[in-house]
Amino acid sequence: MKLNLKIWRQKNASQKGGFQTYTVDANTHMSFLEMLDVLNESLIAKKEEPVAFEHDCREGICGACSMVIDGQPHGPWKGTTTCQLHMREFKDGDTITIEPFRARSFPVVKDLVVDRSAFDRIIQAGGYISVNTGQAPDGNSIPVVREDSSLAFEAAACIGCGACVAACPNASAMLFVSAKVSHLGLLPQGKVEQSDRVLNMVKQMDDEGFGRCSNVTACEAECPKEISVANIARLNRAYLGAALGSEKEV
Amino acid sequence: MSWFSHFLNSSIGQKLIMSLTGLFLILFLVVHLVGNLQLLADDGGESFNLYTRFMTSNPLIKTISYGLYFFILLHTIMGIMLKRNSQVSRGPVGYAVKKTRAVGTSGLLSSKMAWFGIIILVFLILHMYQFWLQMKMGATPMITYPGHEGEYKDLYSMVIEAFKDTTFVVIYVLSMIVIGLHLWHGFQSAFQTLGLNHKKYTPLIKWVGKAYSIIIPAGFAIIPILVYLSH
Ligand code: HEM
Ligand code: SF4
Ligand code: FES
Repeated sequence: MKLNLKIWRQKNASQKGGFQTYTVDANTHMSFLEMLDVLNESLIAKKEEPVAFEHDCREGICGACSMVIDGQPHGPWKGTTTCQLHMREFKDGDTITIEPFRARSFPVVKDLVVDRSAFDRIIQAGGYISVNTGQAPDGNSIPVVREDSSLAFEAAACIGCGACVAACPNASAMLFVSAKVSHLGLLPQGKVEQSDRVLNMVKQMDDEGFGRCSNVTACEAECPKEISVANIARLNRAYLGAALGSEKEV
Repeated sequence: MSWFSHFLNSSIGQKLIMSLTGLFLILFLVVHLVGNLQLLADDGGESFNLYTRFMTSNPLIKTISYGLYFFILLHTIMGIMLKRNSQVSRGPVGYAVKKTRAVGTSGLLSSKMAWFGIIILVFLILHMYQFWLQMKMGATPMITYPGHEGEYKDLYSMVIEAFKDTTFVVIYVLSMIVIGLHLWHGFQSAFQTLGLNHKKYTPLIKWVGKAYSIIIPAGFAIIPILVYLSH
């Protein structure tokens, strides 16, 4: 199949970027990233600069492969990452627009690569448990309510890819933060620090310049792990509880 | 800053203000509509005029109405600030192609909340100028009712007069549609902001929200339409 690609090219963070059009010969069995590899090989053969994009696991678990494909982060398939998207989705002759994730807090580094270290700093602010929680047998010896462990597990599926921010009209990071807060706070090992965690992570999120959530739910719609906005409600509850109900500094 | 102003300036604190003021306005609209429906009573405006006298003289209601003005201002200013904030957070370069899908609400309506809000605000200013200011400036004719002491402001005739104007009726009805669109997303959103999202009651909240955003604006809109058609 022959495809027309409209790809955002930008040399570095300080230079202005723009769209360039390419054609590529792909086949329906390729993944989206393999299709981009083919394009890059042809660019290298022509001594042109290949398109920079992030990737690592190529199996939907690392969250690196960030890009917006025809207006949707990670492309048109529900609950999948870009690396899991396959070319059978497209038809011969299609034009595909590929852009980097856009948000003030995710500045473009080069082409489709954006700097998502704001997420790392949010995690550093409280997305962890401070004590050693031991090995699997230690975990298994603590009783956990069945529903809570399911909810925590669903939230723990978040791979920190940032698609929620890219999709949100407000560039809000609430889905990501709420997933981390739910994953850790629903379990006994994480409950102890929940007030500090919630206050510090929300403060860091605000300081990084992410927008205010207005419950558009575009995040859940585009999240490759289909994290539910019910987590955002849980984060709101936890924040109100910690800010108004605990003795912690806000 | 104190812990409380830190809290109110946080993203979630600001959203809490939006949600609580929004819910207050939602309650107010019900009371307002019940009052307005008396315009349709076939008594030459007596029940409506007696009611407006009560609403403008009862000290408790007067206090609540100052709260109402404050909450409308707060909701509006905060709404515009949030919109501004989102535009900054979105960053300098927008998407060439963007689809906004949503789950359990409308992506189109929810991303246009501030625009609906601004239209509602323009309507509110017109509305206050037309009825409230005229009444306060003493531009209302006076009327007496047998069995009721003293003179009453004949707000009824003023409203009926205004509803004979085609342009005003059209603006009024369109504004009610915009309020409906604002609340189609806003009603359930206010509960999500408060952290109230639960398998057991969220379907009910969403259902009531949709019913509210059709019935209440339709209730307001039907009054000028009926008055216009019958005069
Ligand atoms: C009859 C008048 C109004 C009612 C009943 C009302 C109600 C609501 C409700 C319930 C919400 C949802 C709050 C939440 O998600 O937590 C909301 C959101 C909003 N309102 Fe209003 N509103 C009214 C007028 C206005 C006006 C005059 C503006 C002026 C700009 C405005 C701007 C907004 C904005 C921007 C939002 C979205 C905020 C967000 O979700 O982050 N509204 N409104
Ligand atoms: S919540 Fe979903 S979209 Fe957001 S970072 Fe986690 S996996 Fe990605
Ligand atoms: S490359 Fe790891 S999730 Fe796509």
